[in-house]
Amino acid sequence: MTILPSIAFVIDPKPSALFQTSILQALGIDPANAWAQMGFSLVVAGGFFLPAVLLMVMLFIWWERKVAGHIQSRLGPTRVGPIGILQSLADGVKLLVKEDLCPKDADALLFRLAPYIAFAPVFAAFLAIPFGPDLTFEPRLSAGLFWILAILSVEVMGVILAGWASNNKWSVYGAMREACQMVSYEIPLGISIIVAVMSAGTLNMVRLGHLQSGGLHTWLMFRNPFVFLAFFTYFIASLASNKRAPFDLPESESELVAGFHTEYSGLRWSFLFFAEYAAMFVVGGIQAALFLGGWNDPFGLIGRYYHEYTLSGNTTGLIVVNLIGAATFTLKALLIVFVQMWLRWTLPRPRIDQVLYACVKVLLPLSCALLLGAAVWQLLIPELYGVPWFAYNPWRWQSWSGADAVGALVTQITLGLVGLTLVGLIMMWILYAIASGRGHKQRLTDPDPFPLEVEVAKA
Amino acid sequence: MSVLPCLAQIPESPAAAVLFYLFAAISVASAIGVVATRNIVRTALCLLFALVGVAGLYFLLHAEFLAAVQLVVYAGGTLILIVFGVMLTSKSPFSRFQPKTIEVVVALIIGAVLLTALVAAIVQTRFADKPPVAGADLEYPVRHLGELLLGQYLLPFELASVLLLVVMIGAAYLAKARRREPEVAKEAALNEAALSQTARKWS
Repeated sequence: MTILPSIAFVIDPKPSALFQTSILQALGIDPANAWAQMGFSLVVAGGFFLPAVLLMVMLFIWWERKVAGHIQSRLGPTRVGPIGILQSLADGVKLLVKEDLCPKDADALLFRLAPYIAFAPVFAAFLAIPFGPDLTFEPRLSAGLFWILAILSVEVMGVILAGWASNNKWSVYGAMREACQMVSYEIPLGISIIVAVMSAGTLNMVRLGHLQSGGLHTWLMFRNPFVFLAFFTYFIASLASNKRAPFDLPESESELVAGFHTEYSGLRWSFLFFAEYAAMFVVGGIQAALFLGGWNDPFGLIGRYYHEYTLSGNTTGLIVVNLIGAATFTLKALLIVFVQMWLRWTLPRPRIDQVLYACVKVLLPLSCALLLGAAVWQLLIPELYGVPWFAYNPWRWQSWSGADAVGALVTQITLGLVGLTLVGLIMMWILYAIASGRGHKQRLTDPDPFPLEVEVAKA
Repeated sequence: MSVLPCLAQIPESPAAAVLFYLFAAISVASAIGVVATRNIVRTALCLLFALVGVAGLYFLLHAEFLAAVQLVVYAGGTLILIVFGVMLTSKSPFSRFQPKTIEVVVALIIGAVLLTALVAAIVQTRFADKPPVAGADLEYPVRHLGELLLGQYLLPFELASVLLLVVMIGAAYLAKARRREPEVAKEAALNEAALSQTARKWS
């Protein structure tokens, strides 16, 4: 049994040249000018990414309320705009004109600063999110994945400071819960990521995307059974580190009023929310990029055409492929975000000791076992990582047996089928729920379906 | 320019120079803030900014892995534990840090010695004019780093991890030793008494 050496990868992450060069050339500026490049980066960060993130978060808040409504047999927001889609905008206007209160006994400086400290790191994490092969803000980041994790752990500092500076016992309880929950869940989160990284052999987000460009069965999640399981441990740990339900103890409204943001109002409060919802997308994005193939479609078409257009120098084709890739990536991340919302409105909230028990005694040993298993697996089953999928057909048996990687192909196909079955079952479940559910949701103006007199008479 | 060699050779491009001075200003200003503030949590905040500034400098040197480690270990771990400790132990929310005179003197002496050592080291070091690694190695430094840590420097690496393990076991032992058997029993008896009293009141 031979262990394949990692085959040198053909496509290397380029310094985001495609979009920058074509746009700068269209504007008549020399693309090699350092000031022009810096200006371009600033304009993209401030003029595109910041508004896009804020817009996305507003959409998420509306979406969350819609999901919550339908799960609880309500309609959610309906009044502002078609299907209530402008609800967040209306809320935003309300929050803008609200008074920005700071409690008299609070530490005013920290209190005012904390929401920005919470939001800025999450925004900085978008630096390495790979929307497409050329649509990554900084594709050269050799430790991109680690960078996102590191910067997300700074966000906690903002939340803790917010709770502490409020000088309110509920806020301090919330901050303390956030601190111990985040610090402990970071460990299983990191280990689950290492399990996947071990079968990829890179931390660069763009390389991760190229590695998985050979179709559904080359996505890291289906590479080996331990990564498949790590997908789920990562998801649970990411819920906790994002303080999403069922781990939303820092802000559990039934015990702590609103936890760390009890004292906040107006725009600062909304910044704390921006941080939380943007972090949901970032965490979902990591999951999509690391386990679910990044920007690649299940048939490996995007990777193939990307290679073809790179060789022929077809700029228009490359831009189209990149945009389709970005749409695919966003769709995958949104699916993860949807599952996060779905869980929030389905599961009850555990106590803090149960949360820590689940981390230290269940999730941590589990992820350590996965790490060990993944390490042994790498020795037993030779794997073709780093293979340029466009160079040969990954769906053909001959290619794999020629490379002495039949075991890898069998594993991938088995796991791919398991994954497809899981997704299929969930889809059927949702379809069943939609088909069997009431199409018409009760409104207050509708007649009462169970009139009191009839019920009394029955009794 | 031998005293401040790092200033003489920073910028590859004017844009990088602007960023260098920005990050340097952030880290120096907040480092002064760390020393000047008395409020412990504010000190932690200043320390956060100082660490982030230094992480930015690492970024400019293309040491992204080091920058991320800086953030995850110090900003995301140590600082949070400091603030957590303050939250658990302090009596008032604005606990101030009031050093005694002798502590100030000792701190000044240690600071002066460290500063001398650092300045001497900076003056004596010969800085390279170019980035030391060129080409393929620079392209992929994380792999290089991992190979060094698990190859050439395996023994120190493992020794450091054993040290951390020892510290962890010690901390767990200390936390556990504080609650001895009789104390636990006494506490349980007290709890029971309080419970029965409440029960009597309610009945």
